[in-house]
Amino acid sequence: MRPKGRGELDSLYFNYPTFAAPAARDGLSARTPVAIVGAGPVGMTAALVLAKYGVRSVLLDRKDTFNDGSRAICIARQSYYILEQVGAVQAFLDKSLGWTTGRSFFRGQQILEFDMPDSADQKYRPMYNLEQQYIEQYLYDAVAANDLIDLRWTSEVTDLADVTGGVELSVTDAQGSYILPADWVLAADGAHSPIRSMRGLRLKGQNFEGRYVIADVQMDHDYPTIRRALFDPACRPGGTVLIHRQPDNIWRIDYQLKPGESAEEATREDNVRASVASVLQEIGHTGDWDLEWWSVYSANTLALDDYRDGRVIFIGDSAHIVPIFGVRGLNNGLADAQNIGWKLASVLNGLATGALLDSYSPERRGATLDVFANASKSTRFMTPPSQGWQVMRDAALSLALDRPSMGQLANPRQMTPYTYGDSPITLADETHFKRGPAPGDVTLDVAEEGGFLTDRFGDGFTVLAFGDADLGDLPGVTLVSLPATGRAAELYGAQDGTAFLIRPDMHIAARWQHVKPGQVLAALSAILTKGAQHDPF
Amino acid sequence: MTHSDLETIYEALAQGIDTAGEHAPVYLAKVALALAETLNDAPAALKIIADAQANLTR
Ligand SMILES: Cc1cc2nc3c(=O)[nH]c(=O)nc-3n(C[C@H](O)[C@H](O)[C@H](O)COP(=O)(O)OP(=O)(O)OC[C@H]3O[C@@H](n4cnc5c(N)ncnc54)[C@H](O)[C@@H]3O)c2cc1C
Repeated sequence: MRPKGRGELDSLYFNYPTFAAPAARDGLSARTPVAIVGAGPVGMTAALVLAKYGVRSVLLDRKDTFNDGSRAICIARQSYYILEQVGAVQAFLDKSLGWTTGRSFFRGQQILEFDMPDSADQKYRPMYNLEQQYIEQYLYDAVAANDLIDLRWTSEVTDLADVTGGVELSVTDAQGSYILPADWVLAADGAHSPIRSMRGLRLKGQNFEGRYVIADVQMDHDYPTIRRALFDPACRPGGTVLIHRQPDNIWRIDYQLKPGESAEEATREDNVRASVASVLQEIGHTGDWDLEWWSVYSANTLALDDYRDGRVIFIGDSAHIVPIFGVRGLNNGLADAQNIGWKLASVLNGLATGALLDSYSPERRGATLDVFANASKSTRFMTPPSQGWQVMRDAALSLALDRPSMGQLANPRQMTPYTYGDSPITLADETHFKRGPAPGDVTLDVAEEGGFLTDRFGDGFTVLAFGDADLGDLPGVTLVSLPATGRAAELYGAQDGTAFLIRPDMHIAARWQHVKPGQVLAALSAILTKGAQHDPF
Repeated sequence: MTHSDLETIYEALAQGIDTAGEHAPVYLAKVALALAETLNDAPAALKIIADAQANLTR
């Protein structure tokens, strides 16, 4: 929502482009290997990942521009590696605000300052703030420059039918309707996913009580890019307020609604203005401010039981809705796009059997359930769901003024990376490693002369070979040689002859303390064809 | 005590209070008394009992 007198896309700092339906009508019905429904951040990222591997796609969106409002603003480190992989990261780095620190306050007094893991070995900061319009703009710029992606605006998918070896989509745009045949469909059509309904599927899980108004204001306000959480502040007794800095002098203010408070009342412009004014007073902002955009958000943990339904695969918000406190909504969706992107491309390029796709749902749904577990913890702290949680939360906050360890209970833990340790395509260790990233974990980056270890990774699988590792022949795999001693060897727990097999999404697929020739190739082929007996082709 | 231990205790107490319902004050008093006896250090317990009065209201 925006102030009276301004349209839905009338932003103080962002000019929304307007896109038209495809002018050339010939060939709209040509068969495509992949149709992606929804050109939000997740759909665009999926198209870019596929294109990276040479796979064509048709990307359809019913709107004629980007999403309204700034929505998701926190992009995590791992997402920056995804953006790097699709060649879009520079624009993000130029505009976004990186940050590492959060501060929590109880009744105006600081009870916690936390730093998310960061070091000279990290290529990217733990978190970056950027308004979602820019996220979409920069992804769009990369999409528009890519010949393999056919993006069609104002193009609504109204129906979808399974046919032998594919799916037929009914598409309607401003100029007419047509059928688009596709081998595969990626449903990136958002939280209210029409595709999900068309397939008769439902999200399952919990709706939490806590509701937040999220409001963006533009103001000259002198405070570093540090996430602030205000518990029981004078401006909202008993409630919680979050404050984030964004580019263009925009500040995100999230404040919790009281249990009986009506969302309709709370989102009336005069009420939003009064609430924002009291928060600004609390944080000592005395200058002018302009209201940019606001919305209401509730803390749900909902997901599909299976992210795949035949040849239709759900990615992003269509598959899961997570609470905002974990800042994982968008980040989780980008990881979906990358995960299915490299797998589907491997299948379409004939490098893997269709069975590889079976690992998508367990891996990504597992990640979502992990987000739920973490987010449920912080949700219980931010918006206690019952008397017991309320009393304990208040006790912890009250004690935290004198006992800093209690303040740690207010740590939102937004950065715990997810591991695919239980995935069917993660290979268990055969020998014991004393330390280092385990199979399923995200690879560790290491600063090297002139850059970072991950700069040497390929687009496909990469092998890290320490010392004199004898790998045998490895077609199509990027080989990164490292000394058997030194910083990287130490961090990886490696010796002479140690090898790590790393997936295109930077997760570790397998590792060997003393690799033998042929072992890596055998692992790779097991991963790419695992469960081949269920191969649908 | 590790942070994870502290968190487990925090969660157990929250659930305990909900289970006790209207008897929550008596439940919490029992927990405090039993913990104090287990602590086996009366001056330390008395100090915590006094200090906990701080910051109850704004
Ligand atoms: C009001 C609001 C506030 C939010 N605030 C936060 C926040 O503070 N923090 C956070 O982390 N996340 C937030 N989110 C969530 C975040 O915006 C999403 O996680 C993110 O946009 C997900 O991206 P997506 O690409 O999966 O879906 P979307 O961005 O929703 O994109 C889906 C796209 O599909 C298109 N589409 C839908 N149906 C069809 C169809 N039948 N045919 C063609 N196209 C179709 C839509 O037009 C849309 O462009 C917020 C979301 C909303 C709505």
